[in-house]
Amino acid sequence: MDNMNLVPAYPELFLVIAIFAILLIDMFLSDAKRHVTYVLTLISLAVCGTLSVSSFNDATVYTFNNMFVSDAMSSLLKIFSYIAVGVTIIYSRQYSTDRGMLGGGMLGGEFYILALFSLLGQMVMISGNNFLIIYLGLELMSLSLYALVALRRGHSVSTEAAMKYFVLGALASGFLLYGISMLYGATGSLDLTEVAKVTASGVVNKTVLVFGVVFIVAGLAFKLGAVPFHMWVPDVYQGAPTAVTLLLGGAPKLATFAICIRLLVEGLFPLALDWQQMLTILAVLSMAIGNITAIVQTNLKRMLAYSTIAHMGFMLLGLLSGVVGGNISSADQAYSSALFYAVTYVLTTLGTFGVIMLLARTGFEAETLDDFKGLNQRSPWFALVMLLLMFSLTGIPPTVGFYSKLAVLQAVLATGQVWLAVVSVLLSLVGAFYYLRVVKVMYFDEPVDTERIIASSDMRVTLSVNGLAILALGILPGPLMAVCATAMAKTLAG
Amino acid sequence: MMQSTFPFLSLAIWCPIAFGLFILAFGRDKNPALVRSMALIGAIVSFLVTLPLLQQFDKAAHGMQFVEKTLWIERFNINYFLGVDGISLWFVLLTAFITVIVVIAGWEVIEKRVAQYMGAFLILSGLMIGVFCAIDGLLFYVFFEATLIPMFIIIGVWGGANRVYAAMKFFLYTLLGSLLTLVAILYLYVQSGSFEILTWHKLPLPLNVQILIFFAFLMAFAVKVPMWPVHTWLPDAHVEAPTGGSVVLAAIMLKLGAYGFLRFSLPIVPDASHALSGFIITLSLIAVIYIGLVALIQADMKKLVAYSSIAHMGFVTLGFFMFNDMAVQGGIVQMISHGFVSGAMFLCIGVLYDRMHSRQIADYGGVVNTMPRFAAFFVLFSLANCGLPATSGFVGEFMVILGAVQYNFWIGLLAATALIFGAAYSLWLVKRVVFGNVGNQNVAQLQDLNRREFFMLGLLAIVVIAMGVYPAPFTDVMQTSVADLLEHVAVSKAN
Repeated sequence: MDNMNLVPAYPELFLVIAIFAILLIDMFLSDAKRHVTYVLTLISLAVCGTLSVSSFNDATVYTFNNMFVSDAMSSLLKIFSYIAVGVTIIYSRQYSTDRGMLGGGMLGGEFYILALFSLLGQMVMISGNNFLIIYLGLELMSLSLYALVALRRGHSVSTEAAMKYFVLGALASGFLLYGISMLYGATGSLDLTEVAKVTASGVVNKTVLVFGVVFIVAGLAFKLGAVPFHMWVPDVYQGAPTAVTLLLGGAPKLATFAICIRLLVEGLFPLALDWQQMLTILAVLSMAIGNITAIVQTNLKRMLAYSTIAHMGFMLLGLLSGVVGGNISSADQAYSSALFYAVTYVLTTLGTFGVIMLLARTGFEAETLDDFKGLNQRSPWFALVMLLLMFSLTGIPPTVGFYSKLAVLQAVLATGQVWLAVVSVLLSLVGAFYYLRVVKVMYFDEPVDTERIIASSDMRVTLSVNGLAILALGILPGPLMAVCATAMAKTLAG
Repeated sequence: MMQSTFPFLSLAIWCPIAFGLFILAFGRDKNPALVRSMALIGAIVSFLVTLPLLQQFDKAAHGMQFVEKTLWIERFNINYFLGVDGISLWFVLLTAFITVIVVIAGWEVIEKRVAQYMGAFLILSGLMIGVFCAIDGLLFYVFFEATLIPMFIIIGVWGGANRVYAAMKFFLYTLLGSLLTLVAILYLYVQSGSFEILTWHKLPLPLNVQILIFFAFLMAFAVKVPMWPVHTWLPDAHVEAPTGGSVVLAAIMLKLGAYGFLRFSLPIVPDASHALSGFIITLSLIAVIYIGLVALIQADMKKLVAYSSIAHMGFVTLGFFMFNDMAVQGGIVQMISHGFVSGAMFLCIGVLYDRMHSRQIADYGGVVNTMPRFAAFFVLFSLANCGLPATSGFVGEFMVILGAVQYNFWIGLLAATALIFGAAYSLWLVKRVVFGNVGNQNVAQLQDLNRREFFMLGLLAIVVIAMGVYPAPFTDVMQTSVADLLEHVAVSKAN
């Protein structure tokens, strides 16, 4: 066996080289020429995308002594991570320039470099097949994001958010590491495939294993922002510059989803009944607290933070529906529904924060509900885009949000937990109220802010495509669902 | 059941939606006249494409006709599966017809954001036709839910003073009901492995499961119909909605719920329907009698007609749960008739409101003196509303009462008594608004109907009388389908 096969890691390797090249080039660019960095960043993402697309149909390959895996799920998640980061960068160009985050003073193109580094971390998380590799990826991503949140150094709210994010993020990493160390102690291996074998053999003391799982689940819940580990989410979402909020609210969700699958499903599947119970509690609490607390928010970014919490709860419903009374026949169906949920949720989130950035301008953040008043009169098209996004988050057809809820609910009902399905739909009804309120202020109220909306054409086009994708995927959700199902089935089959 | 050679139903659904999107994309508010003409052309074309359905419908055939089936979402085995039978056929035409009327009704009245207004109604029309044509459970649900979006916008943007409250209440109320239905639909899918309604009709289910599913469906359909006690959103929505919105709401949207009972509740869970028929009959009688009394005391004309709609829909649900040919057919006829009559009533109120900007009955009086032609229409529709023989309102109510007497004399008697309330509130409304001396200065200055208004009310008057005098075309079409339905419902599925 060739243990140093580099082919599966081509996207990561290319990205590392690209990052250093861009870093070097950027040093010689004046602020006026920052768009070169911007274009180079997008080109690197496109190349990574091509590499990942070409490997989507390949069989699962392990390399670097089983530490790294490239399979269908990892390719799919990476592709969507590139899209998420790329779209964020397009949306945030004007926004970041206006706020001095792309030059001026001591800053250069760090925003792009850090975004790419966090993406690299996510890719490593997605492809990690070893506790330590996953942890390394996680830290690479987190440290880049901490720095990004603090990028506006003069801005006290951002600094506070960065501090909170750092302290709580470090705590979460600690939890995860502690759980990992226990599993290592019990199984004697850091390799996920090995851990799975040992746990399945039943020779290991289950108490230690479950104890380890508790910490791992807690760490993952922190990263996902599930209740009761959600406290950082609203503050960080609100405090971070919107561009950064989107960087940490978009692609990282996909990476966290991937490590949930790697750690819980691939590594600890024999303990599924234990962690499913934990996830049930997290899911119900997240949906309840997220949806109910979001109602009273007047700051849109904070409201969306609570909405994220609720949505992550909903996604967990898919993860906890894999095993029913020892029967694993529908497991890949359930996990692929969660995958579909995560992917479509990220696409929707991109759009919503995109609209927020569209309305922002120098010295003005369009982040309260009032700033959206009468948007239909100022720009009917982008009001329509926001309307589609809001209905998608509510889960009303014909938008994609409906089908992701549908797929997850189907998985839940297949396990026979009708009560869980009923609770989750009732809580999403609560959620409908605050999404509708956004539509209400856009369509039913008179505009307060009458400033003309200025946006570059790249942003306008991307945002329009983003909005239309939500509708198009809602009319024809079949292909993406099928891709998710294939990816998950292939990955679980090994 | 044969695949249709030509996609009549798809055309009926997508034609108005395509026109609606076209108007949204290219209609400019600077040139409202053009937008209005485009909308009218769109609505008329969309109506014309539904006519071949009536012409080519085979009355004697069993099962679905004009069937179209294409795989839509492979993973869940969901099909784009359309078809109509005798029960749904008329509603497709009714929807397309009412849309034409609504476009005409909004002609000069709507001045702000005309393109969005017309676009929303055309899209809504296509979605509602989709609900009546879908015979895949999920496709049905998608159309059913999607209708909420345009209606929410219509009430909220072009509505009255309290429109935000009404729009929110409308949306959340209906969503509450339909989300539980979604759980039931998914449960049926998990049990049967298919989303096809016709497969669910054959799926055996134990009685306790049937009862839970029945209640899940009831949540959605009862809110939509609306049945007492979940009717409270309707008066708010009607009062605040623009005239066109009220017309569509009363004429078609309420029928989505009643139609759901026939397509889902009765055939999928027949045993639960029988077991709980007493419950539904009680709710229906309360709607007919109590809501009839509530209508009597309303001071706002639109609210009065809204409550009368609830009472009339009570007759519909009453008819459905009598489980005999006469009553079920009566219920369906009542649905169609109510579509025309309540639509016409709301248009009449709209005509008055456009002139006086008031819906209070007290502000009127003696309208006949200044608007004789309008008064003639108003009296006609009010009489149809209380079920005068030779108007469409009579046929359905009479059939339901006959069916009810067959089922149980006392229920028949109670339902018949309720007709008196219907007559009371309709006639008293006419007396206070139309007759008597000229009430005040404003009434004295009223202008009679213009040609546009005369045309739309005249069209509806012809239909209302024609249906009352010669209802056979309506009942003939549904005979086979209703008989098949009742035969199916009579057989127990519990085991």
